[in-house]
Amino acid sequence: MTLADEASRAGLHKVGGRPPFGSYLRQVWERREFIYALARFRVEAENGRNRLGMAWVILKPLLNAGVYGLIFGLILSTHKGVDDFVPFLVIGALMIEYFSTCLTMGAKSITSNAALVQSLSFPRMALPLALVTQRLLMFIPTVGVMLLVAVAWGNRPTWEWLLIIPVTVTFTIFNTGVTLITARLTVHFRDMTQLLPFISRFIFYSTGVFFSFEERFRDHPTALEIVAFQPLHEFLTLGRTIFLGGPQYEVEPKFFIYSTVWAIVVLALGARFFWAAEERYGRTD
Amino acid sequence: MDAPTERRPVVVADDVHVEYKVLATGKKPGAADSGRRLMQRTRSTRTVHALKGVSFKAYENDSIGVIGSNGSGKSTLMRAIVGLTPASRGSIYAASRPSMLGVGAALIKDLSGERNVILGGLALGLSMEEIQAKYDEIVDFSGIRDFIEMPMRTYSSGMTARLKFAIATAKDHEILIVDEALAVGDKGFRDRSEARIRDIRDNAGTIFLVSHSMRSIQDTCNRVIWINKGTLMMDGTPDEVLPEYAKST
Repeated sequence: MTLADEASRAGLHKVGGRPPFGSYLRQVWERREFIYALARFRVEAENGRNRLGMAWVILKPLLNAGVYGLIFGLILSTHKGVDDFVPFLVIGALMIEYFSTCLTMGAKSITSNAALVQSLSFPRMALPLALVTQRLLMFIPTVGVMLLVAVAWGNRPTWEWLLIIPVTVTFTIFNTGVTLITARLTVHFRDMTQLLPFISRFIFYSTGVFFSFEERFRDHPTALEIVAFQPLHEFLTLGRTIFLGGPQYEVEPKFFIYSTVWAIVVLALGARFFWAAEERYGRTD
Repeated sequence: MDAPTERRPVVVADDVHVEYKVLATGKKPGAADSGRRLMQRTRSTRTVHALKGVSFKAYENDSIGVIGSNGSGKSTLMRAIVGLTPASRGSIYAASRPSMLGVGAALIKDLSGERNVILGGLALGLSMEEIQAKYDEIVDFSGIRDFIEMPMRTYSSGMTARLKFAIATAKDHEILIVDEALAVGDKGFRDRSEARIRDIRDNAGTIFLVSHSMRSIQDTCNRVIWINKGTLMMDGTPDEVLPEYAKST
């Protein structure tokens, strides 16, 4: 009798090997408390040694907004034809910041936690999910900053502002999908961590954070139609049109639909893609 | 079950191989290599054959000492049993998911001991209610109640090790792997942790103890597996294996 026969006769199961997709997702769901605790405690730890502590969660985006406003608003004057340029810029910059930190830090969520991955068994998806949760926890106060800036530039709160909640949800879903993809890619190609800052820079400069696509390509309707399918452009535009009033900032219902479709598709692909290499993450090579 | 004399196997390793591919930088020193070629950078992948076909059966209530020199493949074998390092060939079968005693990697040094008890417990798979129920027991066992509100980076290495051990043993394990965990802390804590390990063994069932301390293996194990260069050299009682191992080193 072989050892394998004996093992199955004694009712033993094979160790390792990834569970089917459905039960894998269920295992991830069972670890939700761990994911949330990891995210929350990391935010705390990140700020714990600063004198100002958690105040940095608000101060950092404010300072960021100040720098962008100074450079692009005053020095480079990219504001031609844009109403309420400062809130336009601040909302765009803070939203893209959420995306790019997920992209670049999420990519390292497995590789920089190698010790954890090699010593404890839990569905590895918990790590990228914890990273996105961590960034989400830091994004929520920045929504407050956007709100403040919008009010300071003479916009008055309306019921429409509540739409930021579904936008934050779909944006987070989108970021989760992207993070899952880059987290796995980095495990195969460490070189990704060198490349991603440039990709994130490129996205920052090409997405229309500090200039308006609508103004820049006013005479190129085809270009505008193409840009309408760029998910980040959709999220940024939604954020701006929700908070800002005036003829330039009418909320585009189609962007809600497009961005939601993007988010769901990217998450589904990302989850599937990440799961497919589950056994690979614990290996040291 | 079958005849009462036949014990039930809980872990079966069937011809387990583990190979790593490592992107090697630098080069193997060889007789012909010198001068000019030393400056050339080679980036070739090298295959490391960490385990070369290990088979054994572990039964209920076995406590198995695992010995071997550094780099012999002990830790790789343990990680393969837990399922962290998948076998390249062969398989491991187990009655329930084996777990490794150790939680250090999940903890965050900048957080207080209290936060880390919660985080470590969740990382081990305990629920929030279970952690709350066991919180006092964990803190008392670690013996650092006075410092539990302080960030872990301010702890001495002994205090950190005690806290880690206390968290890690808060979970009940059916099949447990202990990697050199007994050698931490002062005399008092070592006695308490050895007692705790014996407790776990009595409640749990099967325990693998990886250690370089022949004394603690002699004291706690009824069986010893000796691994050398990725192959199983000997498998038997401590009285059979330990003298042979001592002779070889």
